[in-house]
Amino acid sequence: MSQLHYALFTGCTAKQSTPELLSSTLAVADKLGIKITILEEASCCGASHLQDFDEFLAHVLNARNICYAEKLGLTMITICNTCQLNSAMTKHALDTDPELKARVNEKLAEVGLEYKGTSEIKHFLYTLIDEYGLENVKDKVTTPLSHLNIAPFYGCHNIRPSELHEEANGHENPYRPSSLDSLIEALEGNPVNYESKNKCCGFHVELQANHTSEVLAGNALVDAIDNNADLMVTPCPLCHLKMDTYQDSIGKVMGRDVELPVLHMPQMVALALGCTEKEIGLNFHVQRAKQLYTA
Amino acid sequence: MSEVKDTRKVTIKAFRFNAETDYLPYTKQYEMEVGKDELILDLMNRIKWEHDGSFSYRRSCRHGICGACAIKVNGKSVLACKQNAIELLDLFDNDITLEPSSKKRAVKDMIIDKTDFWDKHAAVKPYIVADIDPRPEAESKQSIAQFNALLDSDLCIQCGACHYACPALEVNDAFLGPAALAAAYRFTADTRDEATEERLDITFQSGSGVWDCVKCFECAEACPKEVNPIEKIGKLHNMQFEHGVAESNVATRHAEGFLRGMKKYGYLDEADIVTYSEGYLGVYKHLGAAMKMMKSGKIHWHSGIPFIDSIPKIKNLDEVQKLIEISQTNKL
Repeated sequence: MSQLHYALFTGCTAKQSTPELLSSTLAVADKLGIKITILEEASCCGASHLQDFDEFLAHVLNARNICYAEKLGLTMITICNTCQLNSAMTKHALDTDPELKARVNEKLAEVGLEYKGTSEIKHFLYTLIDEYGLENVKDKVTTPLSHLNIAPFYGCHNIRPSELHEEANGHENPYRPSSLDSLIEALEGNPVNYESKNKCCGFHVELQANHTSEVLAGNALVDAIDNNADLMVTPCPLCHLKMDTYQDSIGKVMGRDVELPVLHMPQMVALALGCTEKEIGLNFHVQRAKQLYTA
Repeated sequence: MSEVKDTRKVTIKAFRFNAETDYLPYTKQYEMEVGKDELILDLMNRIKWEHDGSFSYRRSCRHGICGACAIKVNGKSVLACKQNAIELLDLFDNDITLEPSSKKRAVKDMIIDKTDFWDKHAAVKPYIVADIDPRPEAESKQSIAQFNALLDSDLCIQCGACHYACPALEVNDAFLGPAALAAAYRFTADTRDEATEERLDITFQSGSGVWDCVKCFECAEACPKEVNPIEKIGKLHNMQFEHGVAESNVATRHAEGFLRGMKKYGYLDEADIVTYSEGYLGVYKHLGAAMKMMKSGKIHWHSGIPFIDSIPKIKNLDEVQKLIEISQTNKL
């Protein structure tokens, strides 16, 4: 297999509140021999909120990010479901609407860029599965996770709307997703089967509809806990932030203790591949997760 | 070559409940040979005709236009008269359970009480409001472009699939939900309509309006007519700013405030977005979480309280600044 090489769109959280997501992603890529070029020019994707304010501007800025992957001639990979969604929505809009593409390119020309539509956009989870291959991941496991019951939490923006994502996510069934389950199995962990795995975490209304947000996150955490999960794992740092940071207040809303470590998908892989504690970065979690190093 | 079988023997499970006589719902199983052209509605008919005459469901047009037969299968919303059965059996490894769109609103088996759906639909004034001459001399014409702007939202058949797939509605009874909001967009976007500001006012109320959407895309996935309600919710968001009726509140500042960090760093400024959106008085709610995040090294507080400015800047930041300057169309 020739060496895989991707342009990494880090997103904002990996550069700020979840540095462990970036360090574990790079550590996993290194262990697997995947070459990563970080798109240091890429800006925020708008996280669906800028889109609510000014949809056209959001398309312009996302198209600019994709231009930098196109310049390198590489597939753009994401490590955040919401970055994936917003980048893919812009790509889809521009690739199917020549008039919009022309309007966006008119703006991009002012900074010497042109969106062509030549780069694919894929979440790191699906490059591991579809391009690197789970059998190959399995071969690199040094610390099997066989002692852990792991609840996969898929996050909305990688699986819905399914029509938008189906090329990039291996036609994942949004009502019964399986990719993260099979990754857990490849690392020899025990995937927890629970109803909430494909539900919403509530992150996006954390500020304006806090109760809704807390109940949605709480329902999923409690469902995982009641199905004997030792930890939850998610490919989305926004799900991680909601589910990891707010367990105290979620517990109050749910009327019971809610305690569960929530790992980023690359952190789980990094654990199984024997990456260093510094690379995995469980110390950055609000909910204690450090016991997982030696469990 | 192996022979292609025209039928498949499967066990179909169905949610059963009669609100008048049953304390709890239960599941019943029905064995049947399913043909390759049969629809979920055919299976429901066969349960009723061949197994149990008391099995109840709504059906009418059988053409995907009346919206009566929307149910869920394994959590997936379907119009029973449009959905091929074998296709679903393939999707779910031959294990399917027929359920009403909303179990908690079940009256009898697949039949639910849709009162909340109709109340919310009516609340957005889903009709053209216009002061017109009762005896007009000419038609009220629309261009193709004007019609196309609302076409897909006009395809809604009020089946309730999106409404009962919405997790925000499950938690927040006041939320208008995706179907009502898509209908609000349909009439607000109509150039013959004169109630733009009134409807925008209804749809931006905190607690019930567009800002309570959780952005899960369940509605887009559920809709059998490709109305894509969440896209219409996004358009309503934008229309509030376009028409200059958006009030400055936590939700609108949250949307607009992304630009503050992006202009300075290219990235969202995570601490600033909370303080700016909530206002300095509202931010106290987040201090507990913020302290925990600081303790674990997740955040570096630098805007609310002077601290080390730790947000990295993207390369070629000037391009983002320039693009915002020349492309921004809306204002708060």
